[in-house]
Amino acid sequence: MNITVRVWRQKNADDKGKMVTYGVENVSEHMSFLEMLDVLNEQLTLSGDDPIAFDHDCREGICGACGVVINGQAHGPQTTTTCQLHMRSFEDGAVIDIEPWRAGAFPVVKDLVVDRGAFDRIIQAGGFISAPTGSAPEANNLPVPKEDADHAFESATCIGCGACVAACPNGSGMLFTAAKITHLGLLPQGQPERDSRVIGMIEQHDHEGFGGCTNIGECTSSCPKGIPLDTISRLNRDLLGALAKGKA
Amino acid sequence: MATIQTAKRPSAKRSTVALKYSMAVSGLIMLGYLLVHMYGNLKFFQGREKFDSYLEGLDDILYPYLPHEGALWIIRIVLTAALVVHVYAAVTLWRRNKAAAGFVGNTRYHTKQNKTGVQRSYASFTMRWGGIILLLFIIGHVAQMLPNWLSPGGASDSKYDRVVNGFELWWVVLLYTIGLVAVGFHLAHGFWSALTTLGQNHSSTRRSSRLTAVSIGLAVIIAGGFLTVPFAIFFFGAGS
Ligand code: HEM
Ligand code: SF4
Ligand code: FES
Repeated sequence: MNITVRVWRQKNADDKGKMVTYGVENVSEHMSFLEMLDVLNEQLTLSGDDPIAFDHDCREGICGACGVVINGQAHGPQTTTTCQLHMRSFEDGAVIDIEPWRAGAFPVVKDLVVDRGAFDRIIQAGGFISAPTGSAPEANNLPVPKEDADHAFESATCIGCGACVAACPNGSGMLFTAAKITHLGLLPQGQPERDSRVIGMIEQHDHEGFGGCTNIGECTSSCPKGIPLDTISRLNRDLLGALAKGKA
Repeated sequence: MATIQTAKRPSAKRSTVALKYSMAVSGLIMLGYLLVHMYGNLKFFQGREKFDSYLEGLDDILYPYLPHEGALWIIRIVLTAALVVHVYAAVTLWRRNKAAAGFVGNTRYHTKQNKTGVQRSYASFTMRWGGIILLLFIIGHVAQMLPNWLSPGGASDSKYDRVVNGFELWWVVLLYTIGLVAVGFHLAHGFWSALTTLGQNHSSTRRSSRLTAVSIGLAVIIAGGFLTVPFAIFFFGAGS
């Protein structure tokens, strides 16, 4: 297939940036979206242009490094990561718009690469859990209801890609933060620091300049891991509890 | 690159989530009032005498434990406080969220596709501008109800007559309809949003939540309930 892409090009953080149009020919429908960008970059390199910078690592949907806004949707038209999106999701002759995540807290570094360090600092602000380490504990010593374990695990699958922020009209990092809150908050090991964790993480979330949640739910429809919206309600509940205990 | 944050972190008590709590609670207080208010309005259909005496009775709720109009003044003060808190939180969050969305100039994403998101509701889009319409409506409505001041259509000592006089004018009915449709949209997203903010959503998506359905139902009941009186007067000549 032959396609046209319009890509956000920005030399560095201070550059203004603009959309630039390129044609890409002989794209196989079995290529992943990133492979299509690889082909385009080869083309650009051969013609002496600067290749397009984009983040990627595992290319199998588990690391969370990749992620661009494709035709206005974070990670594009399928509910998956950009690396796991295939060109067969597009028509021959399509014009595809590719832009970086947009959020005040995710400044553009170059082209499609943004700095997602804010997420790391939110995790850091959550602090440690005081569960003893060492050899694996006897599994039956600490019973966890199946439903809680499932839900905690589901939340733990968040790969920190940032699509939720890019999709949220408020640039809110609430789904990501809520996934982290839920994953520890449902397990017995997460209980001792449950209050300080939610307070630390929310304070950092706001400090980084993320927006507030308006319960619209765009985040869940773009999340490649299907983090559910009720995690945000759980975060709200946990913070309400912590504030009521005067922990802030 | 600003990767190290040195400024002091704001307290969680003033976080976006805390602001949303105050917005949710103030919104629910106003919503509770609207339900009672709508119930009262429907007494219009019992005729002038019953309607007027019901309204007069409001002056003496809990009398003699509260002075004449005492309960009404408590309600007025609580509602005004709720409105002030609500609008303050709305404006603060609105500005904050705009800054957080990472606009480049005046667009966020340059693409023309999927501008309206994937699954957002119309109601959720209209919370802010719709809220401003609501605010104007509330101000206009309170001004109109001040005894025999603006009184469109003619003043009278009977509140029943004032209501009828007003709603015989097409533009009063039109303004009310706009205001109440705005209330309806606001609550269709607002009630769901408030309960979610207060931690009560247990559903994996907005659309699949029972709260969403309840919210829309509530919005229809409130907007529809309020509109029956002006429509009955204007279209069916009730009260004349
Ligand atoms: C009759 C008066 C009003 C009622 C009953 C009402 C009710 C509500 C409720 C229940 C919420 C949900 C709270 C939450 O998201 O947690 C809400 C949100 C909101 N309200 Fe109001 N409100 C009223 C007036 C206004 C006015 C005058 C404004 C003017 C600016 C306004 C602006 C907003 C905004 C921006 C939101 C946030 C929307 C969102 O969360 O997506 N409201 N309102
Ligand atoms: S919640 Fe989903 S969209 Fe957000 S960072 Fe985690 S995996 Fe990505
Ligand atoms: S490159 Fe690892 S998730 Fe896409």
